[in-house]
Amino acid sequence: MTYFKAENVSIEFGGIKAVNHVSFDVEKGSIYTIVGPNGAGKTTIFNIVSRIYNLTEGKITFEDRDITHLPTHQVVKLGIARTFQNIELFEHATVLHNLLIGRHIHCKSSMFSDLFFLPSVRKAELEHRRRVEDVIDFLDLQHYRDQLIQNLPYGVRKIVELGRALCTDPKLLLLDEPASGLNVDETEDMAFWIDDIKKLLGITVIMVEHNMSLVSQVSDRVLAINYGEKLAEGTPTEVQENPEVIKAYLGEEDVH
Amino acid sequence: MRIIFKTTYVQDIKLMKHRGYVFWYSILMAAVLIAPAVLDEFYIGEMAFIFIYAIAGLGLMIPVGFTGLASLGHAAFLAIGAYVNAYFLQEGYPFLVSLLLAGIISAMIGGLIAVPLKRMTGIYFAIATLAFAIIVEEIIVHWKSVTGGLGGMSVDYPVIFGFELGEIWQFYFLCLAVLLIVLYGTLNLIRSPTGRAFIAIRDSEISAESMGINLSIYKIKSFAISGLFTGLAGALFAHRLAFLVPDAFNFLLSIQLLMMVVVGGLGTIHGAIFGAIFVGLLPQVIAIAKDFLPHAIGEFPGLEPGLFGLILVLFIIFEPMGLYGRWLKFKLFLEMFPLYRKATFKRQKTYLKTERVQ
Repeated sequence: MTYFKAENVSIEFGGIKAVNHVSFDVEKGSIYTIVGPNGAGKTTIFNIVSRIYNLTEGKITFEDRDITHLPTHQVVKLGIARTFQNIELFEHATVLHNLLIGRHIHCKSSMFSDLFFLPSVRKAELEHRRRVEDVIDFLDLQHYRDQLIQNLPYGVRKIVELGRALCTDPKLLLLDEPASGLNVDETEDMAFWIDDIKKLLGITVIMVEHNMSLVSQVSDRVLAINYGEKLAEGTPTEVQENPEVIKAYLGEEDVH
Repeated sequence: MRIIFKTTYVQDIKLMKHRGYVFWYSILMAAVLIAPAVLDEFYIGEMAFIFIYAIAGLGLMIPVGFTGLASLGHAAFLAIGAYVNAYFLQEGYPFLVSLLLAGIISAMIGGLIAVPLKRMTGIYFAIATLAFAIIVEEIIVHWKSVTGGLGGMSVDYPVIFGFELGEIWQFYFLCLAVLLIVLYGTLNLIRSPTGRAFIAIRDSEISAESMGINLSIYKIKSFAISGLFTGLAGALFAHRLAFLVPDAFNFLLSIQLLMMVVVGGLGTIHGAIFGAIFVGLLPQVIAIAKDFLPHAIGEFPGLEPGLFGLILVLFIIFEPMGLYGRWLKFKLFLEMFPLYRKATFKRQKTYLKTERVQ
């Protein structure tokens, strides 16, 4: 049985088929990349998987569990965490605070024990802090721990968002354009981290990315889509050499 | 400038972050404790009033400042707290029981109205809470058997274990005790998972949801806690007024409460307290100023609400971080002197989500 499976996934927005019968499987412990020109429906697929959009047709299964109709806030409890293309951090909170919110699904305390900050809450908080510090060490965020997000540069925010997703202890990580807006150095760091996430932490990654050097550096398999439809699937080189994909990106050669 | 050397994680969740906190808050506490012995009765009464405002302010700060749900109808919770307390006292319940009931019933109503409201955002949410306040006011007017309707309802002195708290200084200490408990609860909330979830919802609903925060449940929790605190404030408010009429809990009071949290500084606990002091003192300042103003201006009808509105607008435009933000800037100015640069806070003139109309 496959680890993550999307079968015939389709979504329509008032007659526009944003994603049209796309199927793909992701193997455990691999990095799966979705590429495609702007507006191809990559982020839409992400929003379907993290249950922000309701799909019109199709089925998504994760670890043999049908997650097609799960409420949004429960997806992360199964171990699926995500980042956003346009960074959705909590702006008026510190980095530490943001990462602690990533621990939310592991917080068991009730509203009443929180009001009195009972010893059990204190103990749990320290435990979460320890876990968050692991992530801070992993991503080298020590310098930014107590800074407000609104004062941080874009590249750091991107990493904090990755860190927040890691704090949920995910099994499957959805990265929406992890390298967009990053400079060359930062992109290289990101590539190393994504590789580490797979190799050291054993997390399966599905990502959307435009930067082809990053894609070919880290991906095990690549899916190319255009106008919501599947163009090609295979290893990074296979997809890059596929004539359909080249056509979608560069257009057809004009023969007169 | 103080640099704190952190060696344990406990330091980040402690309420008193360093010795400066302990020192200054002890002085403040001592001043508040000896005030009744030193000050005139009038001022003690006014300070008790400020304490009540501060409790209500903390209650309102939780949805508005921390969860990002702007409420225009919080006078309703004050009214519910006040009438529940007065009613149960009249029925012969002991004060502490009726005080608690005032908080609990108000919390339950807060949680209940959040159920239909939770899907609304921004201005629609504000309008819905305004409607709720009007409905509560109408219910109070018409439910004569319990509330006395427009004829009003008198409130007895609070009695604790046989002691009648008839003197103003006794009432002052009662308000102080409730304020300290509520303050402690709010501080705990903000450093615990529940408070973090509130802040997450305020800053980005979509990402809060994908972090596993159930938006509906947390919005309901936010309003329930807010109802609890504001209801407690209402119960004390009833004793302060001594005679309840529905008109005391009109729209103007809601605006006054909202002004308190905005002027004080949204999203901070200090803000609620600063705002309470400001709103508590403002009518006195206006009353004093009236003597010096020409008759035509001083006795102009609607001067007070007009000034409230003007102050609210000016603060939102020029100092979105409120009085507390101003204080932080002043503190930094002293710490950095003479190196303070005006531009330090340039980028921080950002608005919390509550203040934007979505």
